[in-house]
This record gives sequence, C-alpha cells and structure tokens, in this order.
Amino acid sequence: MLKDHSAQSWITGAILRAAIIESFIKLNPVLLWKNPVIFVTAVGALLSTTTLFLGNLSSFTVQITLWLWFTVLFANFAEAVAEGRGKAQAEALRRSRALAWARRIRNGTEEKISATELRLGDAVVCEVGDIIPSDGEIIDGIASVDESAITGESAPVVRESGGDRSAVTGGTRVISDRIIVKITAEPGHTFIDRMISLVEGASRQKTPNEIALGILLVSLTLVFLLSVFTLPFFAWYNEAAAGQSNAVNVSLPVLVALLVCLIPTTIGGLLSAIGISGIDRLVRRNVLATSGRAVEAAGDIDVLLLDKTGTITLGNRMASAFLPAPGVAADRLARAAQLASLADETPEGRSIVVLAKEIHGVRGREVAEPHVKFIPFSAHTRMSGVDFSGGTEERAASIRKGAADNVREWVLGQGGQFPIEVKETVDQISRQGGTPLVVAEGCEVLGTVHLKDVIKGGIKERFAQLRQMGIRTVMITGDNPLTAAAIAAEAGVDDFMAEATPEMKLSRIRSEQAAGHLVAMTGDGTNDAPALAQADVGVAMNTGTQAAREAGNMVDLDSNPTKLIEVVEIGKQLLMTRGSLTTD
Amino acid sequence: MSASDVLQVVLYITLLVATTAVLGIFMEKVFQGKSTFLDFFLKPVERAIYRFSGIDSVQEMNWKQYAVAVLWFNLCGGVVLLLLLLGQGSLPLNPQNLPGLGFPLALNTAVSFVTNTNWQAYSGEATMSYLSQMAGLGVQNFLSAATGIGVLLAFIRGLIRRQVDTLGNFWVDAVRSTLYILLPLSFALALILVSQGVVQTSSSYVTATTLMGQEQVIPLGPAASQIAIKQLGTNGGGFFGVNSAHPFENPTPLSNFLQMFAILCLPAALTVTYGKMVGSVRQGWTLFAAMMVVFLITLGAMFWAEYAGNPLFPTGAFLEGKEVRIGVANSILWGDVTTLASNGSVNAMHSSFSALAGGIAILNMLLGEVIFGGVGSGLYGMLMFVLLTVFIAGLMVGRTPEYLGKKIEAFEIKMAVVALLVPSICVLSLTVLGCTTEMGKASIANPGPHGLSEILYAFASMANNNGSAFAGLNAATLFYTLGGSVAMVVGRFAVIVPVLAIAGSMVRKKIAPPSSGTFPKDGGLFVGLLVSVVLIVGSLTFFPVLALGPVLEHLLIQGGRAF
Repeated sequence: MLKDHSAQSWITGAILRAAIIESFIKLNPVLLWKNPVIFVTAVGALLSTTTLFLGNLSSFTVQITLWLWFTVLFANFAEAVAEGRGKAQAEALRRSRALAWARRIRNGTEEKISATELRLGDAVVCEVGDIIPSDGEIIDGIASVDESAITGESAPVVRESGGDRSAVTGGTRVISDRIIVKITAEPGHTFIDRMISLVEGASRQKTPNEIALGILLVSLTLVFLLSVFTLPFFAWYNEAAAGQSNAVNVSLPVLVALLVCLIPTTIGGLLSAIGISGIDRLVRRNVLATSGRAVEAAGDIDVLLLDKTGTITLGNRMASAFLPAPGVAADRLARAAQLASLADETPEGRSIVVLAKEIHGVRGREVAEPHVKFIPFSAHTRMSGVDFSGGTEERAASIRKGAADNVREWVLGQGGQFPIEVKETVDQISRQGGTPLVVAEGCEVLGTVHLKDVIKGGIKERFAQLRQMGIRTVMITGDNPLTAAAIAAEAGVDDFMAEATPEMKLSRIRSEQAAGHLVAMTGDGTNDAPALAQADVGVAMNTGTQAAREAGNMVDLDSNPTKLIEVVEIGKQLLMTRGSLTTD
Repeated sequence: MSASDVLQVVLYITLLVATTAVLGIFMEKVFQGKSTFLDFFLKPVERAIYRFSGIDSVQEMNWKQYAVAVLWFNLCGGVVLLLLLLGQGSLPLNPQNLPGLGFPLALNTAVSFVTNTNWQAYSGEATMSYLSQMAGLGVQNFLSAATGIGVLLAFIRGLIRRQVDTLGNFWVDAVRSTLYILLPLSFALALILVSQGVVQTSSSYVTATTLMGQEQVIPLGPAASQIAIKQLGTNGGGFFGVNSAHPFENPTPLSNFLQMFAILCLPAALTVTYGKMVGSVRQGWTLFAAMMVVFLITLGAMFWAEYAGNPLFPTGAFLEGKEVRIGVANSILWGDVTTLASNGSVNAMHSSFSALAGGIAILNMLLGEVIFGGVGSGLYGMLMFVLLTVFIAGLMVGRTPEYLGKKIEAFEIKMAVVALLVPSICVLSLTVLGCTTEMGKASIANPGPHGLSEILYAFASMANNNGSAFAGLNAATLFYTLGGSVAMVVGRFAVIVPVLAIAGSMVRKKIAPPSSGTFPKDGGLFVGLLVSVVLIVGSLTFFPVLALGPVLEHLLIQGGRAF
C-alpha cells in the first residue's frame, strides 16, 4: 500500500515524535493524577521497579515491570497524539494571525493602533490588502474577503453591510473595496482565539458523560485496590494456620499485576484521548464545536430541524416540463417561456432557458432582437417578461411569466381568458409539490412551466438511516403546506413545518424539548439566533451573521447545512467508542 | 438428585411465578392508594392510626424529609428495642426469668433487627423473654420490612414523577405496607404453621424426664406468629437458636416448603408491582427474569457441589449438618433462597455444606442481596445495578444513558456506586481485621481456609443485612458484636440514603419519550447485560478472598485434607 503523503494524512512523523517525548513528560505525577486509573498503574510500576532494584531481579519481575511502564506510557502516548494534532492545527492558525494593525475611526479621524488595543464597539476601516484586525460586523460598504485562513477555502467571499452576510472574522484579508467594521469581540476572545484554544484542548471541559464515567472508573479502581491489597492478609492467615509461614509468593509485583488486570486501564488510559478526538474529528470536517459537551450532545439528538433549501433539496427549483394550454404548440410555449426568462438571472429563470434549449432546441440568441425591453421580476407584480417595441413579426407586444394568479389578472386585464385546463394543470402541479409558472403572450395564455424542487440524491436513504438510529427529521420550509407535504413525502422526512417563521422554529424547538427531546438545527440569519441558542445543538453557518455564530454551539466553516447529519453521526461515534472500551 | 428433588424445585418456582403475577398487581393497588377488597376492614384502622399519631396522610415529602423520617423512625425503633433487651429481666412476660442482655449483645441485636439483618449472636430460647421476642424483635420484623418497602416506593416515585420535588409520605407507605400486606399475610401464614405443629403459647418451658432418666427442659413460646413475619419480611431471626432446623419452628415438609416460599414471595412480587407502577409490567418481569437467572445458576451450582460428593468419604451427597426429615435437596434450596433473599434463617448448618456450596452462599450475600433480596431493599439494590447497566449500555449504543426516560448523570452514578461499593469495602476491611487480630482469630472453630470462610461469611452476612450464620464462628465476642453492628448499620443506611438521594435527583428530571434509538430496558438482551454486571461487579471484587477461602478449601479437600 502506498503511504499517504497528502495533507489529509492525519498523523505525521513530527506529531508522533513529539508525542513520544510528550508521553515521558506526562509521567510527571501532577499530570498523571488527573487520570486516577493510570496514576494507580504508574504507582504500581514504580513500586515493582523499586523491588527490582532492591535485589528481586527475577525475569518475572522484569517482565511485569516492563509491561506496567508500557501501559502507562501508551496511555500518555495516546493522549499526546490526540493533543499533538490539535497543537499542529493551532500553530497553523497562529501563523495566519500575523500581528495586525488596525485603523480605528474616532470622531471622524483615522488613527493607526495595534489590533490588541481594540475594544468592543470600536469602528475600524479596512481596505484592499488589509487584514481585518478583529471579529466584527460591517456597518458600511461591501468587500470581497479571503477567508482561507479559517476555512481553508481559497475562493474569496463577498461581505456587505446589512443582511445576513455582514460578519467578518479577524485574521481574514480584504481583497477588494473598502469596508467599515464595528468590532464585536474583546481582544483574546475572537473567533480565531477560540479556535486555537479549542483545537489545543486548552479550554476543553469534561462532558457530563465523561465525568460520570470518570466517577465509575475511579470507584472501581478504589474497590479493586482494596480487594487486591487485602489479599496478602488472607494469604498470610492461611499460611500461619497451616503452619507454613512465607510459603507463598505474594510479592508486590504479583499484586500489582493482578490489580492492573482488574482495574479498567483500557478506558482509563484512552478516556481523554477519545474526548479530544471527538472535537478533532469535527475540526477535520471543518466544523468547530465550542465545547466537547456540544459534540456529546450531538450524539443524543433525536430531532433534527432541517432547512429544506440546501439541505434536503438542491438550492433552487428547476424547470422540469412545459405544459402547453389546449391548442398551443409545445414549441411556442417553450420559446415564449425562454424569451421571458432571458433577463431573469435567478436560477429558476436560467433553468427555464436551459430546459427550452435541451427539449425543444430553442436557442437564446435567435431571439436576441434589438427592439426588446426586458421586464425584470418584481415582488410587486410577481411576474417577469419581455416587451417588444414594434417588432417586425406580427406578434403580440409582450410576454409575461409568473405566478398563476398574477398572470391571470394580467391576461384578464387585456380582455383575454384564462382557460380552465390551465387552472387544473396549475392546481395539479401545486399538489405535487411543484411551483407552477404561467406563461402568457398578450391576452393568450400559452401554458404552464413546472418548476420542481430537486431532492438531493441519497438524502432519502440517509433519512431512513437516521430513523433507524432513532432520530426524527423535521423539514422547515417557507412553502405552503401543500407543497411542503409533497416534498416531505418525496424526501422521506418524518414531519414538516410549512410557512415557517423564525418564531415558529423557536417555539417548535421549545415544545420538542418540553417533550424531552434533544433538538439540533442549523441557521445563519440573525433571526435564527434565538432558535440556535435554544437548540441543544445549533450549527451556525460561517457565512451567517455574527449573532448567529455566537448563538450556536458549533460553526460550520463550509456553511453546508447537510453537515448537521454528519455532526450527529460523529457525536454518536464518540459515545459508542467510549462505551465499547468501557466494557473491554 | 432424584426426580422428587427436581419436582420440588419446579413446584417452588411455578408457585413463585404465579404469586408474583397476582400479589404484584395487588400490591401496586395498595401502594398507589387505590381501593382494594381489604379496604372495608382496614381503611377505618388506617384512618384511626393517622388520627391517633397525628400523621397528615396527604403531606408529601422531598427526599431529605423522607430520608430523615426513615432514619428517625429506625433510630427510635432501635433505641426502644435496645432498652427493652437491656431491661427484660424486670419486665413482664418472662416466665423463665431470663436476665437482661449485656450492652454489646443488646446493641448488636437491636441494630440487627432494625436493619432487617436478624444476625443472632445469641440463642433465642436461652436469652430472650417472650416480651422481647414479641414486642421487640417481632415488631421490628414488621417495621424493618415496611422501611424497605417505603424506600423502594420513594425510589419508584422518583422515576415516574416528572419535574417535581416530592417522593410521597414515608409514614403512609410504612402504615399501608404493614397493614395491607405484611399483617394479613403473616396472620394467614401463622395459622397454617400452627396447624403444622409450630408452637404458639405464652406458657413457660416444660420439663420432661427422658428415657435415660435425665431431666430435659423443652423450650416453648409464641413462635408461629414470629416465624411467619420472619420469613415474609425476609428477616430470618429464629425464635429458637437453631432457627428453622428446630422441629417447633419447622415441623413438616409442608411447613418447610411454605416458609421457603414465604421468603421469596414478597421480593419477587415487588418486581411486578414495580413494573405496574412504572407503567410497563414487562419491565417488572425483566427484573424478575434477571433475578431468576442468577437464582437458577447459583442453585444449580450448589446442587452440583453438594451432590458431587467428597473424595474423603465417597458416600454421595453431603449429609452432615442437614435435617434428614426435610432432606438434602430442601436444605440446598433453602440455603440458596435465604442467602440470596437476605433472609437469615437456616434449616441446615451452612458451615457443613461442601466448600463450594458454602462459597456460593457467601457469594450470594456478597452480590449485595439484590437477587430477590430483602423486602424492598432487594429491588432498590437491584435498581442500582440497573442504573449501572443502563449507563454502560447507553454509552455502548451511543446515547447519553437514560432509564425510563430520565437521564443518568454524574450524581446518580456517584450515589449508585456508593450504594453498591460501600458494603463491599466494609466486608473486606472487617474480614482483614478478623483474620489478622487475635480477638478476631480467637472465635474461629476451624483454622485454615474454612476459618477464613467463617469470618468472611459473618461480615458478608451482616454488611449485606442477611443475618444468616455459617455456624462455627463464636460471634458473641466484643469484636464481632461491635464490628458487626457497624457493618449492619453501614450495609443498611449507606444504601438507603444514596438510593433516596438518587430518587430526589431523578424526580426533578423530565422524562424523554422513548424512540426507536432508545436502548430497550426490557427483554432478553437487557436481562443478559444486567446479570453480567451483577456477577462481574459482585464477584470480581471478592474474587481474591473467595479464592483463598472456599475455593482453596475445595482444592485441599480434593487433595485429601479436611477442616
């Protein structure tokens, strides 16, 4: 097998070398004391080494002593490897956080200060090439920002004031334009600082299960300690009663060997390594957890609130069919729909152009005429289209496509009629969970375009898997109940929430929790923040607002909502690894 | 083993299962305050008791109040019993004019009966007046059993109530369990025992002249009433010194069978009561099944060890120390039942069992008296093991451990570990003292591994509130009476307090509904896990000392050396 030399390789020679040294440093009693099971083993090793030097130099004692030291060192080594990985990542982060200068704006004038002097609420200006000095919220301007330092993604992202993409992270670099940023983090508590301390394990708190397991392990160790060290007294009594004092070898190495067999060394030695690796696994998937507690909670989740868009369906609806009105040729409908969509830059619009090209061979440029005025989509009219100003052909003045009701009004307004068949088609598409767009040319209704949500491949199987794990999935969507039900059925989710608002999300989480469930969700907007904070596991998208990122207990640097499912799986894996080692 | 032996065991188990189903459901009604057919007679009595003693029966207690009530109740009971025993010489109902007990023995006996241990460092007919037997020991036989039931009920309420603070009212639990369960059953059993020939009289001992012309004193007394509750309440303190091996305590095979049955009937039936109360009878039967599995394993092993014979005297089964009237099989069954059920009564000398059978009797007690165990205490002890099992199993399937929808966290694990391990620590330390100090070794009858077993048996019995005696060891010395008193108090209350603390913490938690990912707490898999946890935690701790006691003795006997 070829050795994996890629950056994916998760253990490098350097980490191993450092870990070997570290496992000896960790023999320091103060550090060992934190892990009582291994501490007891180390004391046993020390005692049997002492007997070795006191002249009891049998090959048995030597073997026992070596094994004992090996056990202790291996436990140290496992922990050191897990920590070493984190340290390497932290080092990389530190390098990226070069000592930055900030251009603070105070009373309208700009001053250059060290980034460490920035305080909450300060406003700084950043221009091309500047490193953003600290976490903040853009209050003015728009810029493209290179966030590769934290996400590892080299493509720049756009950040602008207002809306859900206003948060910037300290340590990232502005590569175009100029923005004014209001600082939202105290020095030392920025996102990168938190990341560093997290991956280093410095701020790692023990999780509730770890604490409980720790208590169990310590108690078992204590009681076995007692049961082994009362043994010689019973043996001596028997010897004396039989009149054969000192007949049996109850030497220290023998007792220590028995003790180490009885006490739970496997889980005791690996407990902290498992905890660290839980966070580490998330980091490898570009998810940052604020605490190990959150990782463990992820393993217990039994309700997942999933946003429909981006998680269950591909981001956008796609045109899937042209359904002409009676007496209209399919080609004519396709051509008109394409014309009306040429100016429509939304993914839905583009998908209509593509579908027309694929099915009906209609090419966009054939209709690129000079006397054309494109009418973009507006929330008010809920239609888009095209107007011809005195074209050569004898065709109606304009084409519109849009929601059935609005197109109907538009057609009726010009004295046309809305055929009953088209209305039936529209209703049918709605019932199937699709979105109908009606296309009309002048006063004539040409037909309907069926826009469909495209369910991600394999998602249904994934939900079935989750169901087997005892996890219920709830789809959250702004769609009407009819559409939502159809998509929910197709995707195989257990439940759905139609026409959902952030308030509804929050109250849904509360009611699930009141019923004893543990809920996980993803979110990015500021209005998601309360729900993210309320959920047991809230995964905020890195592209989201600062408020959302603060509220969640995990941040997904890739901003991929599907990852929530992986997070749950990792949490479960963590609990299971620990459980199976406990019974080892 | 003959066909009739097998038939008796099968009959015993069948009757046990049938009673569990019926009595378990009845007890649930009593404990939940539902109406029963006994209400007509007993409801007025119950009301009168509350009125007379000023108990507000609707007043609920939180776990601390409940624990204080339990401790206070037992302390007062203990002090009254202690004074009674010290002063019995100048009290009525003492036809033999027996003197008051010395302080160490009185203390040991008072503690022993209050803690449902019934360890007896005395011989009843030579030490106790009728008043002490009836008003002292007999009363505590009822009250200690009622205490066990009360603590169990508080724990169950901790599991089934959600997000409240209170666990019920101890006084009501104690009164209802005594009045509706213990008294009627004891009354019925006492009548049957009298019909079989168990004595029940307050007249003085009779003197007879034997065929050899010598004078013999034949002790009598109000035995039947006390024996009924001694078995039903898993107490086990015999009226006479040799306990149920005495023909006046246990005259016929039928009385023997009924007494054995009475020992397990309440602890077994409580499993179904529990299941019914938590809303899943299946859950109750699961615990019953786990107990039954261990019962059958230990019974099988004891039968094997007893019938395997002895290379020194190849005559078949071990007959020494057994009552031939009742038979070897019934002695083995009795020995297994009583050591598992925290009932200290004996109908054979356990010291004369084969080394391994004696070892299993010790192991039975060291498991913490959770296989059926004492009335109430057996089940709440078993539930501590359930918490431990659920905790480990929960981690294995990748979920934060929960039981009946309630999360098990650090506090619960801490308390469960205290409840399970403190008695073990107590046994080991006292046994070391026993076999290293002169005052400990002086009481040993058979020095060597068997002597070690004698000491281990004594402290295993006391620290786990069993009360069964191995025979051989002279327990009436200062070391064993005082050391034993400590062991009994620790073994009882160092379990009760953590159990109530867990109940107090669980009762405040919310209940998560089960999902398909929840680890199932009923069914065969869970029975298997629970049995393994009980056996592993119980036996690993005592593996070294058992190896040097019974196992070593067995190996030496195989090598031709007896003790």
